[in-house]
Amino acid sequence: MSDRNLAARGALLGAALLIYLVLLPWLLSDKFYYLGVLTTASALSIIAAGVWLTFYIGRINIGQGAFALVGGYACALLISDVGLSFWLALPLAGMLTALVAVLIGYPILRLKGVYFAMITLSLTETARLAAQSMGVLTGGAKGITSLPLPGALEVFGITLIPDFSTISSHLGFYYLAAALTILTFAAMYRLVNSRIGWLFRSLQQNEELAASIGVNIANLRVIAFAISSFLAGTGGAFFVAMQQSVYPNTFQVQDSVYFMLYCFLGGLGYVFGPIIGTFVLFLSFEMLQGLNEYQPLAYSLLMIALMLWLPNGLLSLGESRRQRRAPPAGRVPDTVE
Amino acid sequence: MEQVIVNGIYSGVQYALIALGLTLIFALMNVLNFAHGQMYVLGAFVTYYIYGVLGMPFFVGLLATAATLCLVGVAFEKLLFRPVLRRSSREESSMLLAAGTALLLESLILIVFGEKHRGVPSVASGVLRIGDAYVPYGRLLVIVLSTLLIVAFILYMQYTRPGRALRALAQDREAAQLQGVDVDFYSMIGFAMGAVLAGLSGAMLVSISGVNSGLGTWISIKAFIMVMIGGAGVVSGAIIGGLILGMLESFGYQFLPGGETYLVIFIGLIIFLSLRPQGLMGKPWG
Repeated sequence: MSDRNLAARGALLGAALLIYLVLLPWLLSDKFYYLGVLTTASALSIIAAGVWLTFYIGRINIGQGAFALVGGYACALLISDVGLSFWLALPLAGMLTALVAVLIGYPILRLKGVYFAMITLSLTETARLAAQSMGVLTGGAKGITSLPLPGALEVFGITLIPDFSTISSHLGFYYLAAALTILTFAAMYRLVNSRIGWLFRSLQQNEELAASIGVNIANLRVIAFAISSFLAGTGGAFFVAMQQSVYPNTFQVQDSVYFMLYCFLGGLGYVFGPIIGTFVLFLSFEMLQGLNEYQPLAYSLLMIALMLWLPNGLLSLGESRRQRRAPPAGRVPDTVE
Repeated sequence: MEQVIVNGIYSGVQYALIALGLTLIFALMNVLNFAHGQMYVLGAFVTYYIYGVLGMPFFVGLLATAATLCLVGVAFEKLLFRPVLRRSSREESSMLLAAGTALLLESLILIVFGEKHRGVPSVASGVLRIGDAYVPYGRLLVIVLSTLLIVAFILYMQYTRPGRALRALAQDREAAQLQGVDVDFYSMIGFAMGAVLAGLSGAMLVSISGVNSGLGTWISIKAFIMVMIGGAGVVSGAIIGGLILGMLESFGYQFLPGGETYLVIFIGLIIFLSLRPQGLMGKPWG
């Protein structure tokens, strides 16, 4: 990549961050509804990043809703039953979700292709049923409600983050989501461009071949799945804190399918695909407000159109026509940008 | 106890019919038809409309269902899956396309038929008693019709020319093409047959327990469970998987409270698949 190209990309990224962190919150600081929409889009893109990572190792994950639900319930229980502060509950919820993913992942990651897709789809439904039937812990269909807003975060008496009830909580959640999103995608970028990222790519292309040259594929795919679920759990926990409640229906099969759609819309070959896909889709829907009733219909038509005409996602539009056609069937481009 | 077994057979035969359609489409095109449950719901609504609203005979309803689903199947295969599969062999593409068609059918069904639960007057009245078990004639009719359909399907696949072509296609697409099988045409036929099977099972069920537009995803998930138990792409696997799930469900509802039956089934399934990833009758992959 040439220096000029690199500088251009840096400028673009800087401008995007400036708009995201300064301009938008400043413009919308008293328009809570739009602030909420952007916050939701950020949180969804974190969860979608997890789905993207499982695509990256060549698995079709339709179970992200299940893990987001696990994270959400973990966060709610840690706050309401254990009495932890939100700032501890958020990372703990992510880690607990990752732990669950490791336990479930070892057996089910042996499955490939449609089998893996089918079992993960069933997982989403299992999670909902489990939340519904374990009434003692989860409150059954009534869910867990009226969770407190995040309190202050203090280290050695210095207030790092003020109590959300003393400031505009909408703005607070916006910045929290923004921070988490930036952290997530920076980490993802670092991850796929590291050694382990190359190993992940080898899983996507040919697991047997990778295993034959000494890659521990069983461990690697569990690691990828755990990271993916950590993101789902963190995103789910954030959602629950924002809505101050969690129900068995908070994340459903449809949500799991939507996460896939976000990744596809952005482009499976690009780390920033999930965030682009989520924001474009989510925001364009807010602009077409009259369409709300027909949202599933419009989403489905979009999914079908995407597969027919733009199978490599929106970000592939930035490449020349020849390059866009280039990735042969069965793999994504070798370099990830 | 007899009652539980009879209930299991009743659901099992129906489930087998659903799984058969799903596994047929999978075997022919390597496509997991997410819209299978929605096709089932569509079939149920067509029969509801013909038989329940217009008051025509039940069998006219079944015929109309078969015709509608045949059209839907042909359209899906010809307009959507064929171009996408031709261009890309990535499993993700066909999978997302299939999820898209499921969402499309579901939202269209919701817009056209509304979200109310719909039922129709039962087709046959009276009850048959076997030992301690009671079987309403309506259910008996469903069991008999489903069994006949399954037998007809197997005979068609085994002993007719198109059936042989379809089996060849499932075994090896390229070899079938080299032998002069019209691959595009038979893929279309197979997809349409799968859709019709899903629709017909929905049409039969509407006479027993009614239908609503939100049922589709749940039916698809059940169909996936059966196919995972039996093995994807194998006819015997679909039938066995269907019967096993029917029995499990019937026994579960008898002995476990509420929704916990499926929780247990899911957990059992995950353990089962970790021991035997290809299902009971499936071939190990390669």
